[in-house]
Amino acid sequence: MSANGVLSSNPQSQETFVLNIGPQHPATHGVLRLKVTMDGEYVMRAEPVCGYIHRMHEKMGENRTWAQFLPNTGRIDYLAAMAYNHAYVAAVERAAKIEVPLRAEYIRVITTEMNRISSHLVWFGAFLLDLGGFTPLLYAFDDREKILDLLETITGARLTYCYIRFGGVCEDIDDNFIQGTRKFVTEMRPRLKMYKALVTDNIILRKRLIDIGVIDKEMCRKYGATGPVIRGAGVAYDVRKMEPYSVYREFNFDIPTFPEGDCMARYLVRMEEMEQSLRIIEQALGKLPAGPVQSTGVPRVLKPPAGDYCYAVEAARGRLLVRIVSDNKEIPYRVRLRTPCFSNLSLFEEASAGMMLPDALAVLGSLDLVIPDIDR
Amino acid sequence: MNSLQELADQFSKLVPQDTPPAQPAAAAGASPAPGAAPGAPPPPIQTTDHAAKGFHLDVRVRPDQVVSAAELLDRNGFAMDAVTGMDWIAENEMEVVYDYFHPANSWRVVVRTRVPRSKPELPTISQVFPGANWHERETHEFFGIVFLGHPNLTPLLLPEDATYHPLRKDFTA
Repeated sequence: MSANGVLSSNPQSQETFVLNIGPQHPATHGVLRLKVTMDGEYVMRAEPVCGYIHRMHEKMGENRTWAQFLPNTGRIDYLAAMAYNHAYVAAVERAAKIEVPLRAEYIRVITTEMNRISSHLVWFGAFLLDLGGFTPLLYAFDDREKILDLLETITGARLTYCYIRFGGVCEDIDDNFIQGTRKFVTEMRPRLKMYKALVTDNIILRKRLIDIGVIDKEMCRKYGATGPVIRGAGVAYDVRKMEPYSVYREFNFDIPTFPEGDCMARYLVRMEEMEQSLRIIEQALGKLPAGPVQSTGVPRVLKPPAGDYCYAVEAARGRLLVRIVSDNKEIPYRVRLRTPCFSNLSLFEEASAGMMLPDALAVLGSLDLVIPDIDR
Repeated sequence: MNSLQELADQFSKLVPQDTPPAQPAAAAGASPAPGAAPGAPPPPIQTTDHAAKGFHLDVRVRPDQVVSAAELLDRNGFAMDAVTGMDWIAENEMEVVYDYFHPANSWRVVVRTRVPRSKPELPTISQVFPGANWHERETHEFFGIVFLGHPNLTPLLLPEDATYHPLRKDFTA
């Protein structure tokens, strides 16, 4: 067996053993279980076993009104809940033809990008923790705390947001938030420089990540892997550019890509993305229009016209697609959530075959999994 | 492939426009029941407005054509987005919806097919797109739709001994 330049021990060997990782294991970031068939130190087959935190959000969507499902969307990928709010709300707005005031669209972008940075910071800390580096987590959470504090002042929540509402957002942002966010943007840039100097350029980190776990663009396409995984395979696929939504057309930002497809490439994509999110926030604050943040044309009882509507956004971990089917009733006929981690994890079995176990865990960390996002 | 029109033309060879795909007997002549799309049956290949629907091309195929449709999209560089089901209980049918996106273009294609509720079976596309493997497992456990030829059609998210299909409209806890 040979994969990613790693040769297994004696291929004639019939002696294998099964290693059970999780569902309660720090490296699986939640309740994911891996059934790993090992040949010595080498992974022959790593089969993810999902469903330990399955809550059947899609069924819940069918037994409550359109608005009542909104809090559920904040509890799928709890580290990047804002994008999930946005995708569901925008799908319903698309169906019911609800216009959103421009200021609300800007606020949606600002809060979603803040949330993207806070989500990437959790990944940064946790990934380094997986690789044996404890300290970066403390720094990352320090930065993330500032974002959570800012978002808490306007959304009332620190994690499971329900801030984006049909026709706008639930509260306008105030000067406090705007000044605080500007301050955060200025303070975050030197921190990113420091992370590069202390962590990204660290020789131990590079040896753990470079050439490890190559996921090429063909594998991404076949499995539907998106987000930093496909951009780390050199494909500039980002829903914000490919299917531009909200007001993302208004901003200049780049899609960082790295062609190597290894763990380092996925690491670098996320580190670069934080800078791009800062750029978007800066521009959005600079151009923030005045006006209402909530449309007056949202009916109290919402009954979108019958039909099938989709809305895709770029969540922190990749492409999130919400499909809603309405039969012109107060309650959705079907809510389908296509979540990025589901597809990103589905390639793990193929990608990890033949690797050494610590490398396979580095790959798992580089996929940035949030388990409730897979199990829903 | 250079345009969506070209892709629609490729599909029209698979699904001739003048002969709509054969619908199971239960659906023929059924009036739009609550929960059904109203009006006459739509043409098998529809170009849709992305701003209004979220996808560009909506293709209806026979259940035995889903693999050819997947191969057609695979040849054109599309990526696996999702597979899911829908229970149209009033029409006694199950719908299977395949979503595709293109990694280099903004195109979004939806392929859909319907199987009778009494015998919800259709071939797997997991040999074309291995990413469909998990999506089909999920659709199987939630709806009881059987993907023939699937390598491992066991529950993915539900308990391993689950015998129920929670997203069926007649499911009661």
